[in-house]
Amino acid sequence: MEQPHVFQLENLAKSYGGREVLRIPDLTIRRGEVFCVVGPSGSGKSTLLRLLNFLEPPTNGRVLFGGYSSNGRGFPPLEVQRRVAMVFQRPVLLNTTVRANVAYGLRLRGERNVHDKVRKVLDDLGLTPLADQPARLLSGGEYQRVAFARALVLDLEVLLLDEPTAHLDPSNVALIEEMIRRTNRKHGMTVVLVTHNVFQAKRLAHRLALLLDGQLVEVSDSHTFFDSPRDPRTAGFVSGQMVY
Amino acid sequence: MKTPELFQIVLLSLHVTGTALLIAAPLGIVLGAWLGLARFGGRGLAVVLTYTGMGLPPVVVGLVVYLLLSRSGPLGGLGWLFTPSAMVLAQAVIALPMVVGLTMAAVMGVDANLRQQVRSLGATSWQATWAVLKEARQGVIVSIVAGFGSIISEVGAVMMVGGNIEGQTRVLTTAIVLETRRGNFEMALALAGVLLALALVINAAILLLQGKLGH
Repeated sequence: MEQPHVFQLENLAKSYGGREVLRIPDLTIRRGEVFCVVGPSGSGKSTLLRLLNFLEPPTNGRVLFGGYSSNGRGFPPLEVQRRVAMVFQRPVLLNTTVRANVAYGLRLRGERNVHDKVRKVLDDLGLTPLADQPARLLSGGEYQRVAFARALVLDLEVLLLDEPTAHLDPSNVALIEEMIRRTNRKHGMTVVLVTHNVFQAKRLAHRLALLLDGQLVEVSDSHTFFDSPRDPRTAGFVSGQMVY
Repeated sequence: MKTPELFQIVLLSLHVTGTALLIAAPLGIVLGAWLGLARFGGRGLAVVLTYTGMGLPPVVVGLVVYLLLSRSGPLGGLGWLFTPSAMVLAQAVIALPMVVGLTMAAVMGVDANLRQQVRSLGATSWQATWAVLKEARQGVIVSIVAGFGSIISEVGAVMMVGGNIEGQTRVLTTAIVLETRRGNFEMALALAGVLLALALVINAAILLLQGKLGH
């Protein structure tokens, strides 16, 4: 039977050079939800995503995913890791065409029907006219959309998004947010979204977590988080009173 | 000098330099990528040694290879001294640091975030390294061109370990030295022209492969 949660974090801690930047005693991310992690810059949000993406091992504790554990001793097998991918805040595309960039992850997996899948995602993100353009000639918004497309084209269980619209104009923000909603609803893909934009979090999240100085302040559903937060710091954050 | 003799000299030059490059390029690219991407104790020393190697005087390489291959040297049993094999070895040693150093610089020039991002998309460590090398391909090709340039025009080492033996180890550069010493400046100039033309054609071919000619 499918587990109701995709990620389970147990006594998780991450340190760099002896300085602890993240400590999460217990956190569960449920299957099919859009889970937003909000917090000021430097609060450990991106570190959390890298741990969920198996890009770095935790210093202590473990991340459970798909029946496997990511801890100080190792990561889940490659085919399990490949069920998770991330769109980065500052994406770096390969110096090739838009189409080849989007096809990259599929080719790594030795997938068939690469062309059909790529065509569909390019179409969904309005990138078809740019398909054969070199990625280095794209505008900022187009560049970010290609970064989104190259993750979305994969048959993922979890999509991790690190401030995916931080540098975009409103029309691109709307398009990406619509794609996040659609992907989550239609394919039931779990989305973990890191943002410092409270309004975006409110528009997209089913549940939210506030992270401050590497510690979880509050984890609750969207309604509670915004309308009757349990922690005064959450109230301060969502009302914009927290200066950071 | 007769035409068949000239042909033989040109062919031997190409054979020696080509073989040396076939050894130095793959090895140098692997070492350069490793130095550019890996972080380990002693890396700084390895980088300094590589940069020093890029400026290594060919006669010093010639001397060391000579001592290694001489009858009483540790590799004397191979019987390579004054054969094209010795010249290949010396040229490979000269070209290697050039390929390593320039490949390393090219790899370090690639955005450091790329590796993590392709890993996130499902690349293995090797696939991520390959992706970085592909991004650095212009610089890697330059490293091969520089490696080629450093040995096709080299004279000191091949003279010492090859001996400039007519019909056996005489290459374009050593033939130019010989003809100049003999006062045959016309022949020396003609040989120099052949050498330059050869370098030009080969570099143009590499650029064509790179798809860059005319851009």
